[in-house]
Amino acid sequence: MFSLDRWQEILGTLWRNKLRSALTALSMAWGIFMLVVLLGLGNGLQAGVEHGFADDATNSIWLFAGQTSRPHKGLPIGRRVVLANRDVGKVDALPAVDHITGRYFARGGMFGGEITIRAGAKAQPFDVRAVHPGHLYLEKTLMKAGRYLNDTDVAERRKVVVIGLPVAAFLFGPANAIGRWVEINKVAFQVVGLFDDEGGEGEQKKAYIPITTAQAAFNGADRVNMLMFTVGNAGVAESKAIAAEATALLAEAHDFSPDDPQALRVRNNVENFQTFMQIFSMIDLVMGLMGVLAIVAGVIGVSNIMMIVVRERTKEIGIRKALGATPANIVGSIVQEAVVLTASAGYLGLVAGVGLLQLIERALPPNEMFGPPRVDLGIALGATVVLVVAGALAGFFPALAAARVNPIVALRDE
Amino acid sequence: MSLVSLKKINKFYKVGAHALHVLRDVDVDIAEGEMVSIMGSSGSGKSTLLNVLGILDAYDSGEYLLDGTPIRGLSERRAAQYRNKFIGFVFQSFNLLPFKTALENVALPLYYQGITRRRRNKLAAQYLEKVGLLEWSEHRPSELSGGQKQRVAIARSLITQPRLILADEPTGALDSETSHQIMDLLAEIHAGGITVVVVTHEADVAARTQRIIRLRDGKIATEAASTSPTPSTSTSTSPSPSPSPSPSTSTSTSTSTSTSTSPSPGSEQAG
Repeated sequence: MFSLDRWQEILGTLWRNKLRSALTALSMAWGIFMLVVLLGLGNGLQAGVEHGFADDATNSIWLFAGQTSRPHKGLPIGRRVVLANRDVGKVDALPAVDHITGRYFARGGMFGGEITIRAGAKAQPFDVRAVHPGHLYLEKTLMKAGRYLNDTDVAERRKVVVIGLPVAAFLFGPANAIGRWVEINKVAFQVVGLFDDEGGEGEQKKAYIPITTAQAAFNGADRVNMLMFTVGNAGVAESKAIAAEATALLAEAHDFSPDDPQALRVRNNVENFQTFMQIFSMIDLVMGLMGVLAIVAGVIGVSNIMMIVVRERTKEIGIRKALGATPANIVGSIVQEAVVLTASAGYLGLVAGVGLLQLIERALPPNEMFGPPRVDLGIALGATVVLVVAGALAGFFPALAAARVNPIVALRDE
Repeated sequence: MSLVSLKKINKFYKVGAHALHVLRDVDVDIAEGEMVSIMGSSGSGKSTLLNVLGILDAYDSGEYLLDGTPIRGLSERRAAQYRNKFIGFVFQSFNLLPFKTALENVALPLYYQGITRRRRNKLAAQYLEKVGLLEWSEHRPSELSGGQKQRVAIARSLITQPRLILADEPTGALDSETSHQIMDLLAEIHAGGITVVVVTHEADVAARTQRIIRLRDGKIATEAASTSPTPSTSTSTSPSPSPSPSPSTSTSTSTSTSTSTSPSPGSEQAG
């Protein structure tokens, strides 16, 4: 079946019809190329979103203290809600709450601001977060050396700090940072741990200090600006219920309406994550669909050209039949030709598509919008196989019809 | 036993709602080693008859025995084998594959026998040499003259050593000088023991065969036994010169007026 002779015949035919072969190959290669690129870009977008979530716990709920916007129990609107350390304990007492931390924004504003950290001659502003030990789990902080903050640090208002690897590198170079002292807002803190974070450099250039120490150092009394806690593997509905429960608890303690959307703003990451995932699985679906349509266009192109091929070669088929070619000979050579052409073109499209994706990956480092645009090679190969089979079928039926025609009818064809 | 035996062959072509009756109860017997011509005006069904003989076309009723084998209902595969091994075709328009060299064209029937390329090309070179075109073996048909093309086609028809050569107007596209050479070649093949059937409308071509089958409107008009019954058959060891005197005798025996006119230019040319 796969004799050298057959191959020579096929390559000869393809070479004689260079333009036609090139067009067939192009429509085929384009289909696969589009499919691979679209699937890759879809995966890249999804990877970007997942990456954005990767550095934070996705099973978390964040509560921000705000201002009342509804009258409650005769109290006016516009009152500032001020959470305190004891509120952290109250919410922690809820059975569904796993890990919890408060956040105190030392410099006011959302999430606080940057505070200069100094070690000897080196000084630079960094984001210093005042947290409880539970923050480790909410931020998915990865400890590299030393230890994270603990309950004793919080209880005794110890002046200890955990710093990111880039911060340590900036302040101390390659030397060991553990046990060294740094100045934060002119207060000396001892470095007890070094951490890494999958969220990229932005999340690594941070320092964590006990919330109570920060409250004392920055005149914060026992204020807490924000509460963050994880809810185990609760679903969307459960997480909403837990958020409502926590809100009700705090509303009771601080005299605001539990239905007031401004008094306590809720960010439910469980819900957000699921929404994002739904959006991106839709985008993935649309991308895949476009790729499939590109493949369909490729199949139609290949079918068209194979039909023209058979039509064009009717006379040749007649001559070959008169000389003793069986229908199997005729159909076999045409189908093999189609398969050779579509398979090699599909392979080219595959290589070109994967090549482009790798160029994109090299040019665009992973960020919050876009991750590595990888494509499932199995899907791409599957699509190539589909096109090859389609090409074979596209050649098969016209070839079968031509091979069954009386040779004299085919011979008469001019 | 005859090599080719047709009994009451009928064939119709569908033309719109009508069926055109192209072959009507045609009976033909051709013995092994004969050289026969089929004559008739255009539309008489002579090419159709040849196509039926060559299993290139189907027929609607009757019986066709090729070397004793009934041809009706033959599978495509078996038909292909017969066309490949038993029959050699020579066409008016040569039907060479334009993108192959003369050598490759001649070798093509052997490709379908699964013979290796080396052996195919060796044999093809031998047959090209036989028709005097060895030095043209690497040329494509477009670079050959009409006569050369037909000689390539004849070499191709011979390469499988068939027992029957079917030639459909082999000289139809050639000038008279070249026609003459081609007929010499066919006569030589016949002399080698191969049965040759030539379809032609040229009387001088038909005159060089042993027997003329005339078709008119799809019917056998006359079986003008141009040579066979006469004593000249015994002298037909050299086939090419002998048929020339015989048509004159055959016309005298045949009754039809149409035949009496047609062989006369043939005999003129021969004489």
